[in-house]
Amino acid sequence: MEAGREQSVLTVAGVEALFAALRDRGYRVVGPTVRDQAIVYDDIAAVDDLPRGWTDEQDGGHYRLNRRDDDALFGYVVGPHSWKKFLHPPRQRLWSAKREDGETRVTADVTEPPRFAFIGVRACELNAIAIQDRVFLGGPFADPHYQARREDAFFVAVNCGQAGGTCFCASMKTGPKAEAGFDLALTEMLEGGESRFLVEVGSDEGRDVLAALPREPATAADEATAIGIVARTTASMGRAMPEGDIRELLLENLEHPRWDDVAERCLTCGNCTMVCPTCFCTSVEDTSDLTGTETSRERRWDSCFTMDFSYIHGGSVRSSAKARYRQWMTHKLATWFDQFGTSGCVGCGRCVTWCPVGIDITEEVRAIQGGD
Amino acid sequence: MVQPASHDPMVPQVMRVAQAQLDAPDVFTLKLEPEADLPRFTPGQFNMLTAFGVGESAISVSGDPASGDGIVHTIRAVGAVSRALTELRVGDSLGLRGPFGVGWPMEELYGKDVILLAGGIGLAPLRPAIYRLLAERERFGAVAILYGTRSPADILFRSEVESWRQRLDVDVHVTVDHADESWHGQVGVVTTLLPRIAFDPGRTVALLCGPEIMMRFGVQALGSVGVPDEGMYLSMERSMKCGIGLCGHCQFSPAFVCKDGPVFRYDQIRYLLALKEL
Repeated sequence: MEAGREQSVLTVAGVEALFAALRDRGYRVVGPTVRDQAIVYDDIAAVDDLPRGWTDEQDGGHYRLNRRDDDALFGYVVGPHSWKKFLHPPRQRLWSAKREDGETRVTADVTEPPRFAFIGVRACELNAIAIQDRVFLGGPFADPHYQARREDAFFVAVNCGQAGGTCFCASMKTGPKAEAGFDLALTEMLEGGESRFLVEVGSDEGRDVLAALPREPATAADEATAIGIVARTTASMGRAMPEGDIRELLLENLEHPRWDDVAERCLTCGNCTMVCPTCFCTSVEDTSDLTGTETSRERRWDSCFTMDFSYIHGGSVRSSAKARYRQWMTHKLATWFDQFGTSGCVGCGRCVTWCPVGIDITEEVRAIQGGD
Repeated sequence: MVQPASHDPMVPQVMRVAQAQLDAPDVFTLKLEPEADLPRFTPGQFNMLTAFGVGESAISVSGDPASGDGIVHTIRAVGAVSRALTELRVGDSLGLRGPFGVGWPMEELYGKDVILLAGGIGLAPLRPAIYRLLAERERFGAVAILYGTRSPADILFRSEVESWRQRLDVDVHVTVDHADESWHGQVGVVTTLLPRIAFDPGRTVALLCGPEIMMRFGVQALGSVGVPDEGMYLSMERSMKCGIGLCGHCQFSPAFVCKDGPVFRYDQIRYLLALKEL
């Protein structure tokens, strides 16, 4: 434990006050809420908008919401959404152009994005955002849209009180406890049906926000309880990424028969890339009015599973399902290191849960490692 | 080296077509102005060109890096964007972002024998290097330009190729896949020209640009006569949507072709070229 770490305890009313305080500071408060029988991220006004008393059941290709026997506010793991939908939106207007009197003028899209306060950000997700920071801000060219959305955001992390059936953050060393990248981090403690939250401060802004909330100092017992909760979560991970140098393993096995095997199952639907919190690929689309005088360009999420993704004159470079799955997985777990100095996987399990045929990235690695 | 948020590298600047010339069926060379605001390009780099309302495409610069007289691109109409670009005429507007990418290693060529192996439209990205070679001719050893194209009608920069061929200090050979009655030259793939030139393989640098299949055979042929892997450079082509390493499209295993390439030294990508559909 680092020196100067201060911890307090909030009640549910304190969390309610936290939302109000963030709104008062000009933040748009976004967090988990139930919609279409899934836990998604959207605007939330109050604690009542949180999935109170819900939990999720996850497995390969399987996701269900179930009622809990308590009123936990954060008693579930991650759903189909990730915070990238706010920081790296699915559609982003880049510029528009207008032709007048033979002159064309291009106007950049400079819409000021909201200042987001993200509620209930899990450790794996904080790590995913740190990875996207490297992608969008770490190279010679920064993405100004990501930068603008990212730099003023406020992060309220939640340390996971349980692991999901497809979670493997412990093996990726990206959770379940939020270690960095948050303003405040909560651990939900359920005692006699009543939730209390141990709060850890991660930034000056977090300290300022917390100072105005009704709270009490954490006791040694509270801290021990929180540590126990995280330890229990770590011990109950649904899955694990095999140990060893996965980068080397995959790059040395680019012609492994397992790629043919997984290609038999993979539908190349791209779900895994849409739900992945680090997948960043985009394409651009130009539109024009009927006269061609006003045109614009929009960037949208793209997926390496489409035929179009690698299309050059003459055909797609990666036309087989085998090549496309291999590209996705070797990029995520291997060449991401070459490009950005880190794995592209945080062990959130979304690609496993939301794969319609339940392909499990950890199992695919294990199969290649095992020499099947 | 991150640029401030106010500067968006995805926003093109508006250029005007100053000259448009038909070079071969479906191939146009456009000279664009104003050049003044653009960073100087190096041979082998590319720009992202926008046909407003249609889309954007990565196109190599084909002009003289020393001229300062407009940015020159040679474009073959093969898709919606490239066709729209070739339909632009003098005075029309288009968008430009760039220059991007790592070009030909011009300094590496000093004191070496130089072989340029071009296939089809691949001559265009090599032309800036040719201008540089000819401008500083005394700094290089033997210089050979080997160019293969589909048919006599497809020969790019024809009068310029003929003028290069007239020089006594450059060895220029052209071959076509399909000859017609007008053609009295070589017929066959570009690698068949290799025995016609004299060079010292151990101190040769070869620059290759053309279809990937042509470059695969090119490195094989050069290797078989003793040119080392470290002496061959290839300009790779992949789909590009941003040109700056953010869209993910141009990945070639660990590399982003847009920012780590498009020019790669062969020994560094040899293992990748050996695999299909990477």
